[in-house]
Amino acid sequence: MANGSLANEVSYLEYEGKHKGIMGWLLSVDHKRIGLMYLMGIMIFFFVAMTLGVLMRLEMLTPGETIMKPSTYNSVFTLHGVIMVFLFIIPAIPAVFGNFMLPIQIGAKDVAFPRLNLFSWYLYMAGAILAIVSLFVGGGAADTGWTFYVPYSIRSAQNVTMTTMAAFVLGFSSIVTGLNFVVTIHRLRAPGMTWFRMPLFVWGLYATSWIQVLATPVIGITLALIMLERFMGIGVFDPALGGDPILYQHLFWIYSHPAVYIMILPAMGVVSEILPTFARKDIFGYKQIAISSLGIALIGYLVWGHHMFVSGMSDTSRIVFSLLTFLVAIPTGVKIFNWVATLYKGSIKFSAPLYYVLGFIFIFSIGGLTGLVLGALATDIHVTDTYFVVAHFHYVMFGGMGIMFFATMHYWFPKVFGKMYNEKLAVIACTVIIIGFNLLYFPFFIMGYMGMPRRYYDYLPQFQGWHILSTVGSWILVSGIVFMFGNLLYALLRGPKASMNPWGGTTLEWKVPSPPPLENFDEIPIVTGGPYVHDKSTYIMHPSKEGINANGAVKTVNQEAAL
Amino acid sequence: MTEHSEVLNQGETHAAHVHRDDEGSKMAMWLFLFTELLLFGGLFLLYGAYRFEYADGFKVAAAEMNSFIGAVNTIILLTSSLSVALSIAAMQRNQKKLALAMLWFTILCGIGFLINKYFEWSHEIHNGVYPGGPGLENMSNGEVLYFGLYYVMTGLHGLHVIIGLIFISFIMVFIARDKITSTNFQKLENAGLYWHLVDVIWIFLFPLFYLLH
Repeated sequence: MANGSLANEVSYLEYEGKHKGIMGWLLSVDHKRIGLMYLMGIMIFFFVAMTLGVLMRLEMLTPGETIMKPSTYNSVFTLHGVIMVFLFIIPAIPAVFGNFMLPIQIGAKDVAFPRLNLFSWYLYMAGAILAIVSLFVGGGAADTGWTFYVPYSIRSAQNVTMTTMAAFVLGFSSIVTGLNFVVTIHRLRAPGMTWFRMPLFVWGLYATSWIQVLATPVIGITLALIMLERFMGIGVFDPALGGDPILYQHLFWIYSHPAVYIMILPAMGVVSEILPTFARKDIFGYKQIAISSLGIALIGYLVWGHHMFVSGMSDTSRIVFSLLTFLVAIPTGVKIFNWVATLYKGSIKFSAPLYYVLGFIFIFSIGGLTGLVLGALATDIHVTDTYFVVAHFHYVMFGGMGIMFFATMHYWFPKVFGKMYNEKLAVIACTVIIIGFNLLYFPFFIMGYMGMPRRYYDYLPQFQGWHILSTVGSWILVSGIVFMFGNLLYALLRGPKASMNPWGGTTLEWKVPSPPPLENFDEIPIVTGGPYVHDKSTYIMHPSKEGINANGAVKTVNQEAAL
Repeated sequence: MTEHSEVLNQGETHAAHVHRDDEGSKMAMWLFLFTELLLFGGLFLLYGAYRFEYADGFKVAAAEMNSFIGAVNTIILLTSSLSVALSIAAMQRNQKKLALAMLWFTILCGIGFLINKYFEWSHEIHNGVYPGGPGLENMSNGEVLYFGLYYVMTGLHGLHVIIGLIFISFIMVFIARDKITSTNFQKLENAGLYWHLVDVIWIFLFPLFYLLH
């Protein structure tokens, strides 16, 4: 602490502040360390939920009871959903890589409220522990599905209260992170970093953060009402007392539909980072991609009703919600076309992150287009609550956000840890993952279309062929994922040192050492151009050494004296 | 402010200032107030839907409320909003004692509000009018929902009053220790904003539960 220059001579991983060892992490307010702490938590819960998923597939291998009882199956799919949605998909990219990269990409030393940032990590861990504890105490793990639909969630004898409490606390953590990011992006951009010079990942985070701030409180109050119903029976959702369960569904989806954009927008942001880097080309349609993120956030707020087409709504509202749902596809399409156009005539360097992105574009297009099947009123009635919905959801969530999380880990691995992974093994793992993924989830579309309902531990014998195919796919997918993590873990321990800019990236994080020093920059850089310019540098990294002031102009003698 | 801004102060000469951003702090407070509005927004949505569905039951139930206590509480909260605003004005003019006195008055108002609320609730609970209570057994669905929402919404609001009081108490400690001064009063202003929000929500709760019948 006494020696100020120390802060920028060692990396954030080696820096020793007031606290040493593990406390140096647990009490650290450094955005990079907090990002890594999130990564630790998120990885653990991802593996827990993935294991639950594999067990579900194993149960579906044969009709009837294979490895678990129906009630166990109900709890398993509920926890798989709750953990994946609230503990992995929502926080993964924003809380890990948003925390780590956002301040660096906008040329700041940290987020606007570093202590609040640490507080949100503790909230996350508290929520996570509640979710895990709810497995073992009370009447057994919640069995309502991750949607907690009433009236069953009020009546269930299982431990629903604690699971909803966990989701409530996690929501609070998510709000705090979102609030922190919005203020950071407004207030801490480096001189010259105008809104349309921000990297597109920052745009994705900005749109996401607004949804986190504006949508999450609604689920907070909704889940609080479920707890109150269970404790006191206030009646607002209980049909026996005149309450309306449909209103619960409205309130739930007012949050949970925008939440799927919380999940996907940061992933889309990373796509827009990786493509220009590996195509050696400026992104095609920067402004359109940036604005479409906000467009998705805005329209996405107004489409929740499409989850309830068969729940009981007037025809007018169904048509309006269906129309709005189709409108969301437009900004999404804008992004996809711009990404493909970025590759056109680029000088493409194939590398693991890019393979993941290409896999993402393929899988996400399938997921997006089948979303339109569900958004159309007539076809939705046929496939509601079937495996078709489950397939669509996994194609956009796992195929979208999950695959991009893997891409992100490879893309920023050298920057975060300062080590390089084995490229060839990474590409093999990526291939196995994408093959396994499609083998696992594509049969769901077919089964769903044929009428296989979701959330049953049993099925008619005619579906068995597809179920076996899907279960085999789950084994392939999991081995790919384990292989991928093995490769990264080996790189972490034994990998060669990474250079400052192994991919030839153009954004600010590639202008600082790998891993970055504690304060990110020796001095706040000055930005003179867009984020994806390859032929010249658009950043002045040491303005004072080069004698340039914050306006980008060369300093005069008077200004120097004034400083 | 943080560990590394201290490092900055001691080590580097060209950026030697503690990171303090009043604008950012105010923006964060406003964002937080949005989240509070949406938290209550879910409940107002439920109120609207059920008032529409059970218009008669809501009218009958609302007639039983004591609008005198409600009106007194409205006056108390509005006055406390004034005093918290005056406290900020006093702080800006460097009148530390006056600012503290105004905050004391605000806290007294808040406590007065809670005492009134306590008597009101205990009167109803005494009559068996509470979720699952005997007083609700012979009531229509609309009345049951009215009282369910009444307890949840005024209860959540009461919780916010308590949080606001704690918030203001911390601010008073900061003022007493000169952490908040005439040039650095954003924390006080944030507490004021929060208290106004508590007030604004009550201004909607009062007519919805006491006057519309």
